[in-house]
Amino acid sequence: MIADQIVVIGGGSAALCAAIAARRAGARVTLIERAPQTLRGGNTRHARNFRLQHPPNCDFSDGDYSAQEFADDLSRATQGSGNPELTARLITESAQLPAWLHSVGVRLQTRRQGRLPVSRKTAFLLGGGKALINALYGYAAGIGVNIEYDCTAAQLHLHKNRVTAITLNQHHRQRIVQPQALILASGGAQANRSWLAQHWGERADGLINRGTPYAQGELLLALLAAGAQAVGDPQRAYLVAVDARSPPDDGGIITRIRAMPEGIVVNRDGERFHDESADSGSTRYALWGRLVADCPGQIAYLLLDSRGICLAPPTLYPPLTAPTMSDLAAQLALPVAAVERSLMTDHAAAHHPLPLSTPPFAAYPIRPGITFTYHGLAVDTDTRVRLTSGQVIDNLFAAGTIMAPNLCPQGYLSGLMLSISLVFGRLAGEAAAGYVNT
Amino acid sequence: MSTPEIDVDAEARRVLHLCNICGYCNGYCVVFDAAARHPLLTANEVTWLAQLCHGCGNCLYACQYAPPHPFAVNVPQSLAQRRWQDYQQRIWPRAAAGLLIEAEAVTRLALQIGIGLAVLCAIIVLPWATLWAPAHAPGDFYRVVPLSTMTALGGLSLSWAVLVLMMSWWRFWRQIAATPLSWCAMRQLIGEIISLRQLSGGGVGCHPPDDRRLAAKRGLHQLLLFGMVLCVAATLSAALLHHGLGQLAPYGLVSWPVVLGTLGGGAILVAGSGLLWLKQHTDPDLVIAPMQAADRALLRLLLVTAGTGLALLISRATPAMGLLLVVHLGSVTALFLLLPYSKFVHVGYRVLALLRHAIQAKIQ
Repeated sequence: MIADQIVVIGGGSAALCAAIAARRAGARVTLIERAPQTLRGGNTRHARNFRLQHPPNCDFSDGDYSAQEFADDLSRATQGSGNPELTARLITESAQLPAWLHSVGVRLQTRRQGRLPVSRKTAFLLGGGKALINALYGYAAGIGVNIEYDCTAAQLHLHKNRVTAITLNQHHRQRIVQPQALILASGGAQANRSWLAQHWGERADGLINRGTPYAQGELLLALLAAGAQAVGDPQRAYLVAVDARSPPDDGGIITRIRAMPEGIVVNRDGERFHDESADSGSTRYALWGRLVADCPGQIAYLLLDSRGICLAPPTLYPPLTAPTMSDLAAQLALPVAAVERSLMTDHAAAHHPLPLSTPPFAAYPIRPGITFTYHGLAVDTDTRVRLTSGQVIDNLFAAGTIMAPNLCPQGYLSGLMLSISLVFGRLAGEAAAGYVNT
Repeated sequence: MSTPEIDVDAEARRVLHLCNICGYCNGYCVVFDAAARHPLLTANEVTWLAQLCHGCGNCLYACQYAPPHPFAVNVPQSLAQRRWQDYQQRIWPRAAAGLLIEAEAVTRLALQIGIGLAVLCAIIVLPWATLWAPAHAPGDFYRVVPLSTMTALGGLSLSWAVLVLMMSWWRFWRQIAATPLSWCAMRQLIGEIISLRQLSGGGVGCHPPDDRRLAAKRGLHQLLLFGMVLCVAATLSAALLHHGLGQLAPYGLVSWPVVLGTLGGGAILVAGSGLLWLKQHTDPDLVIAPMQAADRALLRLLLVTAGTGLALLISRATPAMGLLLVVHLGSVTALFLLLPYSKFVHVGYRVLALLRHAIQAKIQ
């Protein structure tokens, strides 16, 4: 491994695409995954679909999605804050993803199979993100990428604008390797509780990490401290409303609470704070994540009556139930009078056809679930990591979540992160191989 | 079985409930669509869903919640547990469930007893010279074992097997039944049975070796089925020749019974050995040990029966004919008697579960 030309740090889709692309271009490549083999894959393990421009009548998506529409959607979501060159590259290259993924053994769900989820703008992975990860690891190993699990990149040794070496920890052994180029695809720092606490204060305690616990972001933070250019804002995060009883990490998609339009949501003081029926689309997951993050104690409660219970989609944990609303409020340690006032007064004006009236009553405790932060490394159009000095680090490339805020410093579109990872993973791999080959 | 019944049922429901929330695997097989359409997951529905799962394993390898994740979702294994429990509960009489649980030991014992008794009877009853006489002329088999004895043994044991199997299968259908039956649904069912599509995992394996493993399993399973059908056809053709045309066994090498029986027996030997080999190399996370043991037991029983049949055919003109004939009869009788207490029960459950799926698919 010492002799390897390129070391890829990270084990999710961006890292694998980078490793495969670099290996295909002839480089000798080692991939360093911090997780054990059974939990490999970063947040891609929890992914399901990716956004891509595509012509009409393709087999993996309904309708058509033009480059212009993709650009407009992204511009609206980020309020035009993304890097225009990288954004254009993402959109152009996204069209190649189905063919490229097919060439490395990843299968998409097709219309022909008759079970395609409805989505015009994204394509779905057959079996989800972990199936993609399995296929990529299998393919990478097959073409000779050296894969090291349980291996942490502890330190990058920077000299001027070059990385000269990297310190690796594996099985309590430390070694220093000197690859010609490195690709950083190790995700964000959203699983790093102490870093979150620095930027979020006490509010960090109320967050649940929906994704991999291995996104500790030490290298990201060390690079920023050593003069790399930051992009985005560590205080902004993509948050989704999840069940407060979820495990602290890795709960993924099934922890979401979605039935807000069927009931009312109160904070721990028993007060409503947003119109529950204002948004019934898929954007409501992130909306409520943000709202609950601003609640005192980062907790809120979705209250339902029997009608709402029937309409609510299935959930990981059963709701807490009680025969009367005051019993339920007492069970949740909410001020009963305030809850009843919320039900009677505020709710009378809401858009529900019926107030919450039929017992039994039920509640889901909700917390904000963090998916990623809008905070990363600025890169140039070749995915080289930029320095605050205005130069780039010549042999350090970045791909995936760690550089996604270049394109999306705020806002989000479904399937965007996986597209960024797949596209820029490949581009970073090719760029790094180009660098070592010259 | 060591796991309490309630746990098996609760675990299958827990897992399918999580699948209904997640939904990533819906492209792999019909279990996930069917579960999503029955979100209450009643006991009867889970009974049906468990039989729909063919255990290809793709959903386990693709599962973001598979162990060591704390949610510990393992659909193939949970549903295999549930099927295994179900097989036992529907065995008649209930007390005979132990025969399935201890399938390997029971099968070994049944073969020893069946073959041993047959050989013992032959030695006691038959004159020494008759036992060691080769078969040349029509009717020579019946000098060793009279036709009436042969018919009674085979007929009674098979009738018993069919009766018990039908009772189990009928009870299963009553539990999961959906109406109305239509020709359309039957046609889809036949397609499903022939193609074993639910074992294909959406047409892909999660990593390349699985593609080949699944394809081999489907191919060998169908070869085994084909071999058994040919053996039944050989027996029927022999009955036709005997009763219709008055021709007595042994039949010539190019006769229907010999050609069909040889092809069928050969297919069973190849497919049975292949499946046994595959079972040895199956990922233990996909299966449960007692069901694997029952699979092996049935495969060995079929191999012994087919093997002794072919040995009889090859050696019928030698002095070993008499002994081989009784050995084959003993193993056939053991096979028939054990059929309703073996993994063979899966045939009816699978077919009926697919039938219900086909009916519902046509309604939607």
